[in-house]
Amino acid sequence: MKLAKFWAWITFLAGVLFFFLPLIGTFEFSLRARRGVYSFDAYRKVLDDPQFRDTFGYSIVIALFTIVVGVLIVTPTAFWVRLKLPRFRPIIEFITLLPLVIPPIVIVFGYIRLYNTSSYLPLTGSAFGTNILLTLGYTVLALPYMYRAVDTGLSAIDVRTLTEAALSLGASWFTIITRLILPNVLVAVLSGAFLTFAIVIGEYVFAALLNRPAFGPYMVWMGGNRAYEPAALAVIAFTITWACMALIQLATRLSKHTKAQR
Amino acid sequence: MSFLEIQHLEKTFGPLRVVKDFSLKIEKGEFVSFLGPSGCGKTTVLRMVAGFETPTSGVIQIEGKNLVGLRPNQRKIGMVFQSYALFPNLTVAQNVAFGLKVAGLPRAESDSRVAEMLRLIGLPDLGARYPFQLSGGQQQRVALARALAVRPRVLLLDEPLSALDAKIRVSLREEIRQIQRELGITTIFVTHDQEEALSISDRVVVMNGGIAEQVGVPYEVYNRPTTRFVANFVGTLNNFTGTVVDAAAGVVSLEGVAITLPRGRLAEVKGKEVALAIRPESVHLGNGHGRDVVLPAIIEEVHFLGSVIRVRAKAAGTSVSLDIFNRTDLPPPPEGSSAELSFAAQDLIVLQDQTQ
Repeated sequence: MKLAKFWAWITFLAGVLFFFLPLIGTFEFSLRARRGVYSFDAYRKVLDDPQFRDTFGYSIVIALFTIVVGVLIVTPTAFWVRLKLPRFRPIIEFITLLPLVIPPIVIVFGYIRLYNTSSYLPLTGSAFGTNILLTLGYTVLALPYMYRAVDTGLSAIDVRTLTEAALSLGASWFTIITRLILPNVLVAVLSGAFLTFAIVIGEYVFAALLNRPAFGPYMVWMGGNRAYEPAALAVIAFTITWACMALIQLATRLSKHTKAQR
Repeated sequence: MSFLEIQHLEKTFGPLRVVKDFSLKIEKGEFVSFLGPSGCGKTTVLRMVAGFETPTSGVIQIEGKNLVGLRPNQRKIGMVFQSYALFPNLTVAQNVAFGLKVAGLPRAESDSRVAEMLRLIGLPDLGARYPFQLSGGQQQRVALARALAVRPRVLLLDEPLSALDAKIRVSLREEIRQIQRELGITTIFVTHDQEEALSISDRVVVMNGGIAEQVGVPYEVYNRPTTRFVANFVGTLNNFTGTVVDAAAGVVSLEGVAITLPRGRLAEVKGKEVALAIRPESVHLGNGHGRDVVLPAIIEEVHFLGSVIRVRAKAAGTSVSLDIFNRTDLPPPPEGSSAELSFAAQDLIVLQDQTQ
């Protein structure tokens, strides 16, 4: 028993070192911008850079739109599949997994081919159209995470009976989804939303090939042209991801009605 | 015309006919129970009335208006589910107010209706709690209040007590009946528990294999079952096979003992053999006044159940159960001893074959 505990600790420590050593190294390197002393100069430079603010702001806006579109598509779909089409669930799950199998570069080239300026729907012909295309592309990229999160949330409630109870009380489908289903899977939706946010903030391929001023291409450009700032950016990006994960935990804890088993 | 009429209702799932030519008339304010084993079609009929299942054929009318084709949210029918189905993200008061809000009732009116409903179910101070903070019995009361708040034309109760423990089941079923009487709401109650159905219903519909085997008041269903299934499903029965001696005079022979049954009991019996049955409470230990059938018996088992002692004895070639009251001055007979069992001929039930 004691030996098992010892190996468990060894494994845990190896994992911690594996994950944290590179991060500690990156963080330490990001503090060396000023010769001989540790400083936050690299962070100051990055945060003062107007390009950082523009690209980061742009990615945040696109991420928010992606989340909204994702929630609007995924929640009713997952709800309907559970309620009315349970036998189609494996097919829907397979479709939602496709973005993990098909490389983003293939998807984006497909988009460019389908929506170029000489197509029936020339979305790439304007910045606004390309932004829409980028948002929809990110929605597809985030689909596996969003769908799974929402579907798991739905599995925790008795969708069929709750829906029937609401119907017997005169509720419409819109009321059922907005006032019953969505609030009950809010924590799941939020976790899907934060995962989507993390994906969009760091995504490079879509943004670069659609030529949009997003945070991903900015980080790559910075990595190729500066020494300490990329390390500072990497730490900032990690912090954002961790903040998202902390928010998921917080949302779970603050949700009153999920405190007990349903 | 009755308030709620179900006519020739049929439901098939693929090749399976789960409801077969089901017809029933329910009067306004009546409390009707659908009683039957699992898979007999009782819940399917209820769900068709609620609008959650579409009948393959047949008509469901409330006050002469056909409901078939109307969506569940257009029927004004309240439903209480076995699993409570309270909305976990809403408080008790919000749950009760849900239907009122959907109907667009003004806030003040909605608040007073919610308070009235919470008073009705005896939980006036629990409006701010979430469902997970309530016991099972309390949750089911809230579900009842929520269904009643919108003042539905009909209330459907789908095994609402099945998930509760025995003591709460008894008290809650009495509460449900009391509330139903107070509001005068037409109610259909689905259960597989005969005691529940018999104790609170105006009428009981005993279902088997998708058909209504018998519809009647509880006393009638229990004492005068019309089919073998009803007789065996509702209560405990002792079964005998008798020989018809004189069908017109109602005389049958049971293990050589001639028994004269009340007039007409044998009217529908065909053939020489007749299936007879008697309830345990109609069989007595020893020979007493007014009991015209006496059978010698050997006591096989004695089960002490508290106020009642159930005795199992071998008589007329079959195992017979009988209930005797527990009396301190009269100890139960020892197992293996000889005894006499007696009963009145009028208590014998003549069983017909099941209708198809």
